[in-house]
Amino acid sequence: MSHSTPIKSAPVIECAEYAPEEADRRPTDWAAQAIAVETKNLSRAVVDKILVRDISVQVQKGEVLAVAGPSGAGKSSFLRLLNRLDEATGGTVLLNGEDYRAIAPRELRRRVGMVMQMAYLFPGTVAANIAFGPLQRHETMSQQAIEALLDRVALPGYHDRDVSTLSGGEAQRVSLARTLANSPEVLLLDEPTSALDEASARGIEELVLGIIRERQMTCVIVTHNMQQAARIADRTMYLEAGKLVAIVPTNGVSHAA
Amino acid sequence: MLPNLMQSLSSDVSMGMAQAAGAVILCLAVVLICRWFAVHVERETALSLLRGLVQMVFVGIVLALLLHRNALVGMLILLAMSFAAAVTASRRAQGLKDALLLCFYAIAAGAGVVIAGMLATGALKPDIAILVPVGSMIIANAMNACAQSIERFNADVTAHVGQIEAGLALGAEPAVTVAPYVQSAVYASLLPRLDMLKSLGLVWIPGVMAGMMVSGASPIYAGIYQFILVAMILAASGIAGLLVTVFIRKRAFSPAAQLTLRPGERHNPMVASGNTQ
Repeated sequence: MSHSTPIKSAPVIECAEYAPEEADRRPTDWAAQAIAVETKNLSRAVVDKILVRDISVQVQKGEVLAVAGPSGAGKSSFLRLLNRLDEATGGTVLLNGEDYRAIAPRELRRRVGMVMQMAYLFPGTVAANIAFGPLQRHETMSQQAIEALLDRVALPGYHDRDVSTLSGGEAQRVSLARTLANSPEVLLLDEPTSALDEASARGIEELVLGIIRERQMTCVIVTHNMQQAARIADRTMYLEAGKLVAIVPTNGVSHAA
Repeated sequence: MLPNLMQSLSSDVSMGMAQAAGAVILCLAVVLICRWFAVHVERETALSLLRGLVQMVFVGIVLALLLHRNALVGMLILLAMSFAAAVTASRRAQGLKDALLLCFYAIAAGAGVVIAGMLATGALKPDIAILVPVGSMIIANAMNACAQSIERFNADVTAHVGQIEAGLALGAEPAVTVAPYVQSAVYASLLPRLDMLKSLGLVWIPGVMAGMMVSGASPIYAGIYQFILVAMILAASGIAGLLVTVFIRKRAFSPAAQLTLRPGERHNPMVASGNTQ
């Protein structure tokens, strides 16, 4: 790992016309499902500001929960508490019923993977980036495993590409593959398409949805785009000034938007 | 003791003060030229000159008083100098918990190991008149290395928060995520000392060598001794720079492996203490 890699801002990713069908959606009776992530009175305050205020929410296994709200509402701050990148100043998070403070932070972050707004790839090859997570546990990924992941994120043959040559959309796909290489149970997405152009954003969105459906992953995605929330999420929680003001099935938010 | 002091304050001192006055006049001329170019350093230069002169005269008096004392007194003086150096270096790490103590450990360890090595090998005599000036050169360089390491590490980490947190989010050890910045910080602290070693004799002939030659030592031995001294300065700087970077690397993360050395969050006691069970 070394210094930052510039990410180009003019990606060209071709993607098929994407329109999720109603049949693609999963059951909406979320209360009947097992709870994967539960926040209990979760709060975070910094010196002069409360970023997240007393949020209690349950995310069921396999559910996609969107976190929406205006800029500065605390969406990303809330997400960063879920994998303990930031420390909560109040409340806690339960992962499969277990208090996450009882889980070693590194193991917690393997189980709760995160894709950030920017790809933040490490200088080197695409393959080295994908193998980074398992390597931290002294596990070496096979070439086949890396190629399979690259195929899944629609980047076949990118194994030996230097990350400095990737477009923004390609870099974000590598970032997604890098997170998936850790086989997380929960996927956190922090506005993963906000830095991309419309075509690339749709490509990533389709890819993410396909992967979480096929792996039955629990997912929490931060977005400021209500249409995106409507396309991807089963429910949307709405934050204002760090406070949870509403949590509704996606269709409800879609109408509200 | 007093007669010795009075002897030191004899004609040599008068001549030294006259020469110092000449140096001050030259500096003031430069200040006037700067002023002509609208660069105003009058007050700062005057204060620095005055402070430098007073400090050096004070050190001269102290050395004259302690000249024939035990080497232990010299060690205590060096220890006090290390503390003063730590105060200066720790200013680059404002907001970092225990910065003063960490800098003191690093400088004292770097300078201490080298001075002990030089005393053990006979490269340095346990005589205050030699021990303190040579030791102070080593301490001053360790201090600079310390300050440069801290500054570089802080700048690199705060400029690469996203990349570091991407590593943490993938389950990496905190030390792994900042490894490149530790390397660059230590390298940055060593670079001036490496340049000093490379240019030794070509670009500059240091004061110790000149002093030894003036006092009648063989020029070849004076040259070799100067090389030893600069090499020891490099060693002390390396130890101090490396240690302080490793110390602040640990302080850059919370016990729950969260990056706390972030712009605007460093002074947040809640972040530092966390909500751990």
